Amino acid sequence: MTLDRRHLMKLGAAFAPALIAGRVWAAPQTRTRVLVVFLRGAYDAANVVIPTGSDFYYQARPTLHIAKPDPANPDAALPLDADWSLHPALKDTIYPLWKAGQVAFVPFAGAGDDLSRSHFETQDTIELGQALQGSRNYGSGFMSRLSATLSGAQPIAFTDQLPLTFRGGKPIPNVAVGAVGKPGVDDRLAGLIRQMYQADPLGPAVAEGFEVRDEVYRTVSAEMVAANRGAVSPKGFELSARRIGRLMKADYNLGFVDIGGWDTHVNEGAAQGYLAGRLGELGRGLSGFADEIGPDAWKDTVVVVVSEFGRTFRENGDRGTDHGHGSVYWVMGGGVKGGRIAGEQTAVAEANLNQNRDYAVLTDYRALIGGLFGRIYGLNQGQLGQVFPGAAPKDLQLV
Amino acid sequence: MRPSRPKTMMATAAAVALAASAASAADGQAAISAHDLALLNRLSWGQSASSAAELQAIGARDWLDRQLRPRAADRLPDAAQAQIDALPGAQTPMAELVVQMDAQNKAAGKLTDPDQRKAAQQAYQQAMTNLGRAAATRELLRDIYSPDQLQEQMTWFWLNHFNVHMYKRDIRAMVGDYEDQAIRPRALGKFRDLLEATLKHPAMLRYLDNDQNAGGHINENYAREIMELHTMGVGSGYSQKDVQELARILTGVGVDLNPDPPKLKAAYQPLLVRSGLFEFNPNRHDFGDKVLLGHTIKGSGFGEVEQALDILAREPAAAHHISAQMAAYFMGDDPPPALVDRMAKTFLKTDGDIAATLRTLVTSREFDASLGKAFKDPMHYTVSAVRLAYDDRVILNTTPMQNWLNRMSEGLYNHETPDGYAQPAAAWSGPGQMAVRFEIARQIGSGSAGLFKPDQPAAKDAPAFPQLQNALYYKAGLDQTLAPATKSALGQAGSPQDWNTLFLSSPEFMRR
Repeated sequence: MTLDRRHLMKLGAAFAPALIAGRVWAAPQTRTRVLVVFLRGAYDAANVVIPTGSDFYYQARPTLHIAKPDPANPDAALPLDADWSLHPALKDTIYPLWKAGQVAFVPFAGAGDDLSRSHFETQDTIELGQALQGSRNYGSGFMSRLSATLSGAQPIAFTDQLPLTFRGGKPIPNVAVGAVGKPGVDDRLAGLIRQMYQADPLGPAVAEGFEVRDEVYRTVSAEMVAANRGAVSPKGFELSARRIGRLMKADYNLGFVDIGGWDTHVNEGAAQGYLAGRLGELGRGLSGFADEIGPDAWKDTVVVVVSEFGRTFRENGDRGTDHGHGSVYWVMGGGVKGGRIAGEQTAVAEANLNQNRDYAVLTDYRALIGGLFGRIYGLNQGQLGQVFPGAAPKDLQLV
Repeated sequence: MRPSRPKTMMATAAAVALAASAASAADGQAAISAHDLALLNRLSWGQSASSAAELQAIGARDWLDRQLRPRAADRLPDAAQAQIDALPGAQTPMAELVVQMDAQNKAAGKLTDPDQRKAAQQAYQQAMTNLGRAAATRELLRDIYSPDQLQEQMTWFWLNHFNVHMYKRDIRAMVGDYEDQAIRPRALGKFRDLLEATLKHPAMLRYLDNDQNAGGHINENYAREIMELHTMGVGSGYSQKDVQELARILTGVGVDLNPDPPKLKAAYQPLLVRSGLFEFNPNRHDFGDKVLLGHTIKGSGFGEVEQALDILAREPAAAHHISAQMAAYFMGDDPPPALVDRMAKTFLKTDGDIAATLRTLVTSREFDASLGKAFKDPMHYTVSAVRLAYDDRVILNTTPMQNWLNRMSEGLYNHETPDGYAQPAAAWSGPGQMAVRFEIARQIGSGSAGLFKPDQPAAKDAPAFPQLQNALYYKAGLDQTLAPATKSALGQAGSPQDWNTLFLSSPEFMRR
């Protein structure tokens, strides 16, 4: 079965263009690898992609602000364009990718209709990707629907639990890549266990679980051999992201991973401090991912970084920020038309705040991600309508 | 059977079965009805030979009464209680413990020599972690061995409902008390009391930052979660304005480690409330009037909080939200709406009586029809396996269980966000999760798995082997509940270890 998966990936990569040219496909091919990264807890976007051109930013954040770009100051923000700058904790990881034109930031992005300001509610909203009116179907996430729409999708969640976005349809494997060890259940026992589940609704999940377990172990044990040659072992998200890079290079082309710890109500820090630490780890992880997947595959990879909402534009009484609305999404990849701030924008000023509190949402997540999928996979209107029912895709020409 | 030397038992499955059945014949337990066995499995942390015998002796109806109204005289087995009494921090009241730990932390921070400072800080962290682990040990021993199984299940349920994350700040020193003093005594009592007990506990006030919520420095975090998670539920009709008003009501509700009361002007002195580490500090309170869910609340001090809790606990939305959660916890996905409505009615009629609401659930047709169909979350899976395996012998170390739970992402006091662990089966039955579960089945099934090696330096591992083919299996009729595919796989087991692994991996054992 493993061979099948690798085989399919290769087929997809090598022959897809020719085949597409030769005949009309019912389902679009999946040449491009897509990884969705969910920052759970609502990261403080305004202190990561920073409106350093706005005086109001400096008024609203007396202790949390990041200094305007200044080559002499290591704590200063890094210039992106005339209005926006990047947090200095991303200097060695994301900033080089920006300079190479491989990252675009989409400010004022998020779930426009969902003003609950509840982490859980809005994470669910985004993962499900359904229209907000009407009752929710918790058994149908947008990545699961995307996977069903594509031919040759090899989906996987790099999470210890199967996320909502991958629920529904065929069972999609999940694996906690941070902790991988030699399987203790041997092939004979695994076979007997599969037998017990043959007529059980969990049967497909059980079979898929054993298959993925074996694949991941093979990939990671190869890494462990390599790492023994004196290299410093990465930790935390960087370790996971590097493993994800290896797995997506070989076996999988549609991935999801989440990273938590962004709910900075208290003592958030500025150029240094808590948020800077989280960002540093995120940046090392994402650039490590690009590194592991390798230059060839990176050209055909798109990473989308999302979060449930932004935070209050003004800092609160505890040197932190509370729940807000609009966020900033990232789109990265070797073939991404980046090095720019994309999507509709408005001046960052007090008068333009949503409910006098936070960023407005000008680019809805469904429009943005739908538009991106449309370009990546060549999905038609009907297919996009299956992935994001009732949403009008917005093509920001990011790939 | 000779548990200490499993290798000598390598035999055909038939011989294994014979040996087990001979061993269990002495217990003299007759079969109990499939319904009662399933009921026991659902309302306890998992069926065991002794709990099946108890249910059978008094009948299902009396057994349920006893579970809904635990008797004060109920005791853990001595071997479990003795372990609990010897745990770190067990003999010190929480308020004292937190103050001691705080002093240790501050003293460590003041050391000028960097190496000494680092060592002292590490020692502090280790001591804190030991306190959190002690709380987990106590909880697990109770879950496995307490006669009051439903109360223990509901204690976990409420802990999850009023979730705190022990690795935030100094909550590791508080979480055991939070569970034992705030939650367990009220787990089957009145919801309003439970809500207030969690509100007055420093673990909750720390976790949701209300100790930093003061007039002019509003922090909405706790106020929002009270409405969204603890009482009414998201989308149930409250507004952002209500959250802000509740946050104002909660200003000054906090934690104070200082033994001396805060300095207050004379008018404020009668308004100060202190109890243990809990403090309502009028200096930090916003005394303006508020409007919560249409009710005007006059600025008066802590009485505002009491009024707000009265309003929230009696909201029909809260009755419905809590009933739906309890039903989902016991029945699995999508409990029937009509049943949830009936539970919510009971909840409102009895002023939030949790036991009464549970009785409506448990005695319903829908509940009966759902028996055996709910997928176990990792907590139920782990505890039920150990209960079945070591019913008659108290384990000596819960560390392996804590590790399994963390590996399956449902570690005790270890959910970072206030929503608690998810309840739907789909959250726990993904392919990767099933593979991990089978690995853990193998560990539990293959031997003592570290459960009998006391958590002390140089401790020896006492011999033990999981007795799954026990009285419950053969005499009480557990074997009758297995599907042909399961029996066929068990019949191909090459060793008792394999048999155990397969049994604990079976579709039947995954459900309750």
